[in-house]
Amino acid sequence: MNEVVIRVEFLCKSFGTLKVLDDISTEVHRGEVVSILGPSGSGKSTFLRCMNLLERPTRGRVYFNEQDITDPKVDISKVRQKLGMVFQHFNLFPHLTTLANVTYAPIKLKGISHEQAKQQGLELLAKVGLVEKADVYPSRLSGGQKQRVAIARALAMEPEVILFDEPTSALDPETVKEVLEVMKALAKTGITMAVVTHEMGFAREVADRILFLDQGKLAEDSSPDEFFSHPRCDRAKQFLEKML
Amino acid sequence: MNLDFARILPDIPFILSGVPQTLLFTFSSVFFGLLLGMLLSLFKISGIKPLYWFAVAYTSVFRGTPLLLQLSLVYFATPQLTGYDISALQAGVLTFSLNSAAYMSETIRAGIQAVDKGQTEAALTLGVPYPQLMWDIVLPQALKNILPALVNETISLLKDSSLVSTIGVVEILRSAQIVGANKYIYFEPLIIAGLIYYILVMGLTYTASILEKRLRRSE
Ligand SMILES: Nc1ncnc2c1ncn2[C@@H]1O[C@H](COP(=O)(O)OP(=O)(O)OP(=O)(O)O)[C@@H](O)[C@H]1O
Ligand SMILES: [Mg+2]
Repeated sequence: MNEVVIRVEFLCKSFGTLKVLDDISTEVHRGEVVSILGPSGSGKSTFLRCMNLLERPTRGRVYFNEQDITDPKVDISKVRQKLGMVFQHFNLFPHLTTLANVTYAPIKLKGISHEQAKQQGLELLAKVGLVEKADVYPSRLSGGQKQRVAIARALAMEPEVILFDEPTSALDPETVKEVLEVMKALAKTGITMAVVTHEMGFAREVADRILFLDQGKLAEDSSPDEFFSHPRCDRAKQFLEKML
Repeated sequence: MNLDFARILPDIPFILSGVPQTLLFTFSSVFFGLLLGMLLSLFKISGIKPLYWFAVAYTSVFRGTPLLLQLSLVYFATPQLTGYDISALQAGVLTFSLNSAAYMSETIRAGIQAVDKGQTEAALTLGVPYPQLMWDIVLPQALKNILPALVNETISLLKDSSLVSTIGVVEILRSAQIVGANKYIYFEPLIIAGLIYYILVMGLTYTASILEKRLRRSE
């Protein structure tokens, strides 16, 4: 197996008295596409958000390239440059054009010139099929287009890993496909991806591994074939019956 | 009743000469008030206790005492306390900046908190440090949302600027009073002054609506 990029050890997260993540340990390897599945409220988003410390774990550790990023001394901003994220509701910057959304972070953080950033930004927009929208503000884009821009924006920092939190859940059924196509193409480039999704087809076809969360516990960690044909735990069986 | 605008016609340029003073005064106060207001609003959301309490106390004091009293205090007490001979205009700008900062800090704080949390999160996950994303991502959106409130604050300041006539700044109201005192007619110059204020306020309102339309471009 490839080297480990993200390692989670004994991860627990509580909101007040509500225990949302309960002692999760797992690893994500370089180049792997991991799908995180589970019923609503099982803690999928929280799990993902603990990986880049948008949520601080209550207990346990998260390692990125063998560095413990829960250590308060770590400059988490630097780490996050290599750990992109794509959100359910896109979160594009509404006061910036599509291109400026993509070039903002590289210009500010990598210190590259506007010219160079613009050129790279246009290449990325071309990759997601949206060069012609470069000068348009996000409010003029459809949901699917917004999400493709958000993916380009995340890619602009050349991250090693991208975390996706239900990237297609806020989309019209017709536009889900265009975003999934982009994600599939991305998976082929060998970038590491962790994807929370309700798209069973995508998980089955694209993922190398399935993590199934149930009530904050990592209930299953298996290959897609195994998970979809012979789910081990009852909760996974019930979940699949409902989803398929 | 006999109104005679003809008699003060030669004095209108003098009254108008107060306009630059009034505008200079208003816009300097808005500018410094906005900067200080931003700083205070950041204190309020910083979650750092001493900063938070300072900003809250500051706002409370400046909103809880009369502006005219603050103005007199700054103008008359500054020389006494510091030995610095503050000019009337300086005292006016200082007081009005400090005062409007209190009001603006509340408006800006509300504006910042109304910006979707997803904006902050998106910038954080790109690796943008918090101060920088506050400046580049959150504040521009907050300021855009509160633009109408800021224009109202500017209009209030413009009208309240007439208060500095009490410490001797020759702005619009003061020059109208001077004309009145020289010619022993009061009604006409004051009407002229009122008209000038009104036109300025309307001009501001109009400019703001154009500005707002241009900002809406991105929506
Ligand atoms: N910031 C928070 N404060 C308090 N409770 C929270 C917070 N975030 C999440 N929770 C709670 O934690 C639990 C898990 O939430 P989470 O969003 O991780 O679930 P999920 O698996 O992503 O669900 P969904 O499929 O609906 O997105 C839920 O009960 C939720 O209400
Ligand atoms: Mg979720």
